[in-house]
This record gives sequence, structure tokens and C-alpha cells, in this order.
Amino acid sequence: MQRFIAVRVLQSLIAVLIMSVIVFGLARVSGNPLDVMLPIEATQADYERLAKHWGLDRPVITQYFLFLGNALQGDFGESLKYTGTSAMELVGQRLPATLQLAGLALLISAIIALPIGVLAAVGKDTGWDDAAKVIALLGQSLPGFWRGIVLMWIFAVMLGWLPTSGRGGIEHMILPAITIGWFQVAAIMRLVRSSMLDVLDSEFVKLARVKGIPEWKVIWKHCLRNAGITPLTFFAIVAGSLLTGSVVTETVFSWPGIGLLVIDAIQARDFPVVQAVVIVFAGIFILCNLVVDILYAYLDPRIRYQ
Amino acid sequence: MADITTQALPSETSTRSSTIWRGLRRYPLFPLAILVFCLVIPAVFAPLVAPFDPYQGSLRARLIPPFWQEGGSFEHLLGTDKLGRDVLSRIIYGARVSMTVSLIAIFVSGIIGTLLGVISGYFGGRTDSVVMRLVDISLSLPTILLALVLSAALGPSFTTVIVVISVLLWSRYARLVRGETLAIKERDFIARARVAGASHMRIMLLYILPNVVNSLVVLATLQVGYVILLESTLSFLGAGLPRAEPAWGLMVADGRELIVTAWWVSMFPGIAIMLTVLSLNLLGDWLRDHFDPKLKNL
Repeated sequence: MQRFIAVRVLQSLIAVLIMSVIVFGLARVSGNPLDVMLPIEATQADYERLAKHWGLDRPVITQYFLFLGNALQGDFGESLKYTGTSAMELVGQRLPATLQLAGLALLISAIIALPIGVLAAVGKDTGWDDAAKVIALLGQSLPGFWRGIVLMWIFAVMLGWLPTSGRGGIEHMILPAITIGWFQVAAIMRLVRSSMLDVLDSEFVKLARVKGIPEWKVIWKHCLRNAGITPLTFFAIVAGSLLTGSVVTETVFSWPGIGLLVIDAIQARDFPVVQAVVIVFAGIFILCNLVVDILYAYLDPRIRYQ
Repeated sequence: MADITTQALPSETSTRSSTIWRGLRRYPLFPLAILVFCLVIPAVFAPLVAPFDPYQGSLRARLIPPFWQEGGSFEHLLGTDKLGRDVLSRIIYGARVSMTVSLIAIFVSGIIGTLLGVISGYFGGRTDSVVMRLVDISLSLPTILLALVLSAALGPSFTTVIVVISVLLWSRYARLVRGETLAIKERDFIARARVAGASHMRIMLLYILPNVVNSLVVLATLQVGYVILLESTLSFLGAGLPRAEPAWGLMVADGRELIVTAWWVSMFPGIAIMLTVLSLNLLGDWLRDHFDPKLKNL
């Protein structure tokens, strides 16, 4: 087990390092990095200041380690669009909005997906199961950005029930959260269904039935509790799709989180902010993956020896 | 297993209509029809079936609604966008863009992944562990971010999108092919080929590769839908194809600000993406179930 954890931790560190090399390298390969980092209207003074900050007069390897050293201290430089604010500060300001939205999305999808998954498993090969399959299929096939626009069109433009965009009270969060959560509904539901099917077949469920426990209690208490473990470990993929979802959904609904920040930064060629967001996002994502893998190995010993 | 038995032994009481129904369920006719209609015909015959030039609009014909709405005309069946370009024609050319990007990207990543996978599985040892570590790392990188950074630095273009998608996809092929190669290389005919004097190269290309083609085709089909989604998402975010191209994702992005006044600009390309990806997913699932049950957990 220790060896497994050590290998996985090492792998994650390498993955973060590779991300940093990519982020660092891409600003260099496309010509003078300052051209990429600075907006077109930058002055000569901006060039000299940045050249000194990034140590551009030294060899590339030295430059990379300089970048890495700064990055480890959370210093990606100053934002070029919002001058006077460091890139990391911007990320810190925007992160709560993203987490808030992601949390609500996760909650909504769990509330919707669990019962549907259970019903699909209990009513295998009936209408319930078919309906669940359709939901899952739609979840995988609808592009996230379009899903958001359709929801906005129906509930905000045509019915006028909810605001179209921006940040405010809970009513501003409902549409974006559903847009993000939709994909998870499909994924979580399929997992709940398949693990429920396994559990429904097991001995202790038969025993519970023989003991005369009411069927609803057998299903919703005895089975679901045991079947719930598998979808929990699925969190890595969920974390990944929450990330993707937040970039896309925040753009659609103008939700001021870090997803919107990174898109704005890319369009404004605000490279320090892009670097900061990407490294923070990648760090969170890779950490989630690591935690889940370790959790999984702990729950299922077979994985450790592969 | 249950499926196979019921299919192999049709019940004696089956009526004519239920036979047709079973036929429909057994062969993916419905998704295939959508696919041909939505993707293949428009993509191949774009200049013939598109009523207008997708790049040229007329400013007098701006934001005309689809024909069934007031103010719409049969000339522009699905209306026009804010530059007066015909939405239907752009969707038709968009099919060509989506299909070109996904076929090239899957071809490139498939070749890289397959080669690395065969080499990794066949030689084993240190080569294998290096390649597999690379696969693990590449699978643990966040897809959309990597794509965003790459295209932000390289600038929006066809090449960028293809490079980005290939970088993201090769590892799946490598992992699949390596697994199959490990199983195949233990079989007798490989040992016999070796004894008969076949080189490693010859064994890999002529003896192992043909045996993994089935799985490769299934995986590739399953990925076309994913690639189309990815490309349209990148284009929507402004990190994919150049602004003027008639790509579905770009068209949805164009229509986003117009959602209150001109819903058709973003709705129709979205429906095109949905139908295409939906049918590709159905087709992929069917292929997997029928030709390669090993891939069940993919």
C-alpha cells in the first residue's frame, strides 16, 4: 500500500510539473515570450520591466526554474489587464464563485441521479430503465454550452422565471448549476444503477427480504447504503467534468468565477492570469485524482497489486 | 448473456410487426440514418446541397427568422445570422468542418497511440513501463485546460485543433492496443512466426496489428462523437477554429448574444451537434456490444 501511494504521489507531481513545463514552454515557443505576454499596446517600459522580472537574459533552463520558483510561492506576476493586481489575487477573488456553483451543481445532480438510478435498477428492463437510459444518453450527447443556452432561452427569455446571467442570489445560480450538473446526472445515475444491480443480487438482501422487512426499506436503506460507495469513488471524473463545466457554463451565463476569468484572460492575452488559473485548476484536478485513486485502492485491494 | 439467448431463439408467436421492431433494435438503423442525413451527405456534398455561400452574407438579409415564423421566407429555410449568412448553408458546411477535423484528429492520434501501444506491449520491460507512465500522466491532465492553453499559445487554426485533440486522445489507443498485444503475443502463432524467422517488425505489423483492428474501429467510432463535442466546445470558447469558419460551435457562440431576439442562430447548429453526437454514441454502443464485448468497460 505504501509503495502504491508513493508511486501515485510521484506520478501526480510529475503531472503537475509537466503542466508547468507546458504552460512555461508555450509562452516561449511562439516567438518572444513578451509578445505573447504583453498586449499590443504595451510600452517599451513594460517590456523592460517584464524582461527583468522573468530573467529573460538568462538561459531557458534557468528561466524555467525561476518561473517554477515564483510559481511555487504563488507568484505568477501581475495581471496585464487589471494592472496593479497580481494574477494569484485575481484567482483568489474569483475562486469562491466557482466553488459555490460547483457545489450546488453537485448537490442537484446527486438529488436527481440517486433516485433515478435506484428506480432504473429496481425496475430493470421496464419503462423506468428505458427512461433512465434516454436521460443518460442525452446527458452525454448535448454539448454543455448549448445546454446552457437552451435553458436560458426557455426559462429566462421565454418564461421569464429566472435571470439570464450575472451573479446575485440563488435564482442566478439555478440555471448554471443545472447546466453543469446535467452531465453528472447521467454519469452518477449509470453508476448507481450498475452497483445497485450487483447489490440487489446479494445474499444479505435476500435475507432482509426473508426477514419480512418492507421492500421500500430493503431498497432505499439496505441496498442504497452499500451501492453508494462505488459512485463516491467516481468523484475524480466528476471533478474533471465540473472543471470543464465551469469554464463553459461561466462563459455562457457570465458567472464571475475562474472559468470566465481564464477565458477573458486568453482573449486579452493576459498570460500571467492564464498561467495562474491553469496551474491552480490542474493542481486541484490532479489532487482529486490522487485522493480518489488512493481511496479506491484502500477499498479494493486488487488495485494495489496491478 | 440473456440478450444473446433471446435473440438466438425467436419466440414462435412473433408477429410480423414485432419482427420489424426487433430488426430495428438489432441493427442501428435509426442512428445510421440520422448520421448519414446530418453528417455524411452534408459533409461530402456541401457545395451541391447548400443553397447559399456559407462565408458570404447580404447585409440586407440580416436576421431573417426561419420560414414558419412571421417575416421568414422559403429562401432562407432556417433563417440568417447577423451578417446575413444563411444558417442552413452554414450548418451544412459545418458538417464538413466537423467531419474533417474529427477524422484527421482520430487518424493521427490512432496511429501514434497504436504504434506506441504495440511496441509497449510487444517488447514489455522498460519500454513498456515508460510508455505506460506517459499514458497515466496524459490521462491525469485536465483535458479542457490543456486544450485552452495550447490553442491560446498557437492561435486558432485547423492545425491547432488537430494537434490539441491528438495530444489528448493518443493515450486511449495506446492503452487499449497494449492490453490486446499482451494477450496476443502469448499465442502459439506468434512463437511459430518467430521460429520461422519473422522479424519483430514483421510480427508487429502483420501478425498483431490485424488482430487489434476490431477494437480499434470500435474505439475510433466511440471517439468521433467525443471529438466533435470537444472541437465545438473549443470553438465556442474562442480557442478552436478561426472566427470566420462555419463551425457548429462558433455558430452557437455567435448566436449567444442574440438569444433574446434571434433564437434560431444558436439553436439550429446546437441541434445539429446533438443529433450527430447522439447517433454516433448509439452507433458506437451497438458496435461495441456486437463486435467487441471486451470493451464493455471503456
